[in-house]
Amino acid sequence: MSHPATDHRQPTHTPVGLIAFAWTLVGVPLAYGLYNTVKAASALFGG
Amino acid sequence: MAVPSFLARDRIVARPGFNRWLIPPAALAVHLCIGQAYATSVYKTALVEHFDTSLTAIGVIFSIAIVMLGVSAALFGTWVDRNGPRAAMFTSAVFWVSGFLVGGLGIETGQLWLLYLGYGVLGGIGLGIGYISPVSTLIKWFPDRPGLATGMAIMGFGGGALIASPLSRQLMNYYDPAYDGTAGTVPNGEAVAALFFTLAAVYLVFMMFGAFIIRVPADDWRPHGFDPSSVKKKALVTTESVSANNAIKTPQFWLLWTVLFCNVTAGIGILEQAAPMIQDFFRNGETSTVAAATAAGFVGLLSLFNMGGRFVWSSTSDFIGRKPIYMVYLGVGALLYIGLATIGSTATWLFVLLAAVIISFYGGGFATVPAYLRDLFGTYQVGAIHGRLLTAWSAAGVAGPLIINGVLDTQGTPGQLVAANYRPALFIMVGLLVVGFIANLLVRPVASKWHEPKATSPATARADTERSAVR
Repeated sequence: MSHPATDHRQPTHTPVGLIAFAWTLVGVPLAYGLYNTVKAASALFGG
Repeated sequence: MAVPSFLARDRIVARPGFNRWLIPPAALAVHLCIGQAYATSVYKTALVEHFDTSLTAIGVIFSIAIVMLGVSAALFGTWVDRNGPRAAMFTSAVFWVSGFLVGGLGIETGQLWLLYLGYGVLGGIGLGIGYISPVSTLIKWFPDRPGLATGMAIMGFGGGALIASPLSRQLMNYYDPAYDGTAGTVPNGEAVAALFFTLAAVYLVFMMFGAFIIRVPADDWRPHGFDPSSVKKKALVTTESVSANNAIKTPQFWLLWTVLFCNVTAGIGILEQAAPMIQDFFRNGETSTVAAATAAGFVGLLSLFNMGGRFVWSSTSDFIGRKPIYMVYLGVGALLYIGLATIGSTATWLFVLLAAVIISFYGGGFATVPAYLRDLFGTYQVGAIHGRLLTAWSAAGVAGPLIINGVLDTQGTPGQLVAANYRPALFIMVGLLVVGFIANLLVRPVASKWHEPKATSPATARADTERSAVR
């Protein structure tokens, strides 16, 4: 949702839920990638 | 070139009270997607078989994409700065997704040129615009910690490959059950095409989410408790503004170009050859003491250090300064390379440790450079300047593999090489790092003749772009 330029000075509040959702959306795939990479890298130490 | 009003910069200026911690995930949403570019090896063999062509012919796709990355970042950097991150992220998503769709069509119909045009050209343009799209916005939202901010985003580029590699294997296994991801099995072309179409859909959603939530700060916005005058305390950090067109006329730009080129070329020297290199370093006759699975683990470990280095070293630069951290990347990096060439083959753990730290410096070099540019040229057109600097990445993307492959070709046959055969290439990399170290040492504050007039604020600067362009 965008706001016209005249609204720029009206204070806003960013919902904590939106921040949490945004970080989860990028954090979950990153965690998936990290898990799989660590699993692959463990072969290096497993002999 | 005007953009539709819903993409315009004026429509995304944050109102007072907006929480800046919504900006890093917006940047990550784009960088995690375009970072897929480093995961192309998972379907390389499948494409070679599908098109019945050589590895080189398929490798060219990635090379085209990286060259287009540098070219588009350089050409569209000013456009990105002028129109803001939403327009840039949206455009990047359109190109990146179109690249997958056209590329997938090329695989489906057996036309390799469509893959060059799609993933290489269109995807490469999406890469370039997407890579620089959130950088100047992050620097403006985090003037107190620019290294941390750009480190987070550019870490995402490294993270994108970590996600895309296992995800691609699982998806190709879903589309071609005969392929199970283990050595010796190769997915069919239809599975790779289906993977391309699936990734296109997933990336479209993620990148549009980033474009939707991104905001730019108001011109007078400052983080709570942040005093801009405190930034000036460090040497080389300017409060002045330098336009992109003027920046490329300064020695500082070309010194940083050299620094980035040398650091990236040296890093690619290891990344390009990682799996065969560790096996060759510990070869006894025909066989290596390092198994193929272990070598694959080594590649995974390098990916982790590549990603981690982007965040850790770039954040560290906020405290010790940009010039000192590059002295570490290039100076300590050169010493580590010498160690790798001379004593790297004495123990596997030593080889792994040296290579991992070198690669963390490689990642750190990428992530710290936007903040270095901000220090030298100000925030005015830092996105455009960063875009032009990325041509060093394109050049290194060509030079790095050429050096390592060219030297190894003169040393023997792949599969029979040993540690000593790598020494000439490794010492070339040492030489490059020394050149980069000297270039970094020569960096001084930008001469005042290149500064924009004092009245230039970010708002007026955008209107002044054409004026600057003809200087």
